[in-house]
Amino acid sequence: MTYDVPVAPGETAELQESIEDATEGWPMWEVFVRARRGISHVHIGSLHAPDARTALQNARDVYTRRGEGISVWVVPSAEVHAFEPEAAADYVEANEKVYRLATTYEIPEEVGQM
Amino acid sequence: MAPEDRFQAIIEAEEKIEPSDWMPEGYRKTLIRQIAQHAHSEVIGMQPEGNWITRAPSLHRKAILIAKVQDEAGHGLYLYSATETLGVKRNDLQELLHQGKHKYSSIFNYPTLTWADMGTIGWLVDGAAITNQVMLTRCSYGPYSRAMVRICKEESFHQRQGYELLIKLCSGAPEQRAMAQDALNRWWWPSLMMFGPNDSDSIHTEQSMQWKIKRVSNDDLRQQFVDMTVPQAEYLGLRIPDPELAWNEERGHYDFGEIDWEEFWQVVKGNGPMNRDRIEHKTRAWDEGAWVRAAATAHAAKRAAAAA
Repeated sequence: MTYDVPVAPGETAELQESIEDATEGWPMWEVFVRARRGISHVHIGSLHAPDARTALQNARDVYTRRGEGISVWVVPSAEVHAFEPEAAADYVEANEKVYRLATTYEIPEEVGQM
Repeated sequence: MAPEDRFQAIIEAEEKIEPSDWMPEGYRKTLIRQIAQHAHSEVIGMQPEGNWITRAPSLHRKAILIAKVQDEAGHGLYLYSATETLGVKRNDLQELLHQGKHKYSSIFNYPTLTWADMGTIGWLVDGAAITNQVMLTRCSYGPYSRAMVRICKEESFHQRQGYELLIKLCSGAPEQRAMAQDALNRWWWPSLMMFGPNDSDSIHTEQSMQWKIKRVSNDDLRQQFVDMTVPQAEYLGLRIPDPELAWNEERGHYDFGEIDWEEFWQVVKGNGPMNRDRIEHKTRAWDEGAWVRAAATAHAAKRAAAAA
């Protein structure tokens, strides 16, 4: 498909200097939407806005045009914290402790459903 | 396991690469460029149809067209969000577009001359985009594939409203039918060109397939589109402008004629009918909108100060 439109020889796709615009100072926000009652908010995308109120309005316009959400959360991207990728393996439990799983226990059939 | 091996193992297992995963620099750069150009295509794509909003023949059609153009803006925004997970800023990507260093889908370099073009674009251009985007929902990079799922849901309305428009024209006066046929005559071949060069001339395809960014080749996607679209044209009573178009019983597909590759490369290089107009319009919109962005910033600061 022509989104990978060929680059002509000698053409560079690097920027020489940065942009000057009012939006340069706008932080990025992560957007979470609860689609309907009974289910959790789900991360759906991100946007830039100067403050929380504008972020909420823009999130509504971009992500809920078809009634896809009854609740919208916006969180500054800088406030979303995660383990460093290299360290994740140390912190996130591996699947070694099978005794945590119900399926490792044998319950005789005559006992009935358990 | 070496990072490159782990990366390829995730891809081979049909799992997604997520933003925090290690990835080869080539994968990251290829995705940035492809997703950015996809986003640029959506935004530039607002222009050919935006052109007809003031001239839609009914309030209903005007509302539909406004909604479609608004969707295209939204699609661009979903995709810019996806690029930002790869460590770039959308303002920089936009500047690259303005400077002509980033491209966008060539289809948008053609003019929209009649109301029938609105129906034809929805039917063929969005139809071709859907064919490609359904494939991209299976691409290996998580944020891009998720954006594609979202976009595909909305794209379906785009194609259906266009086709419905043509049904109305084709069951109307002879002048309306002629207008529809003329639009098909102008948009058919550019729509086939949307799928890019033949596989044999497409140098990036192999690497993209190995990284599972691309899942189906250009020629296969193009064949899929033709097979799907020919019966749709027959229903409308319109003739596809290709004398070599014919059902091939043996292959189980339609045979079709050769694309004019000279035209394809000329338009990619910047010599299409509307290339200059599209970028001029885009940069003017950005420049003339500067006061809105400055006002939003000032207003936010004022609200914050009042609350303090």
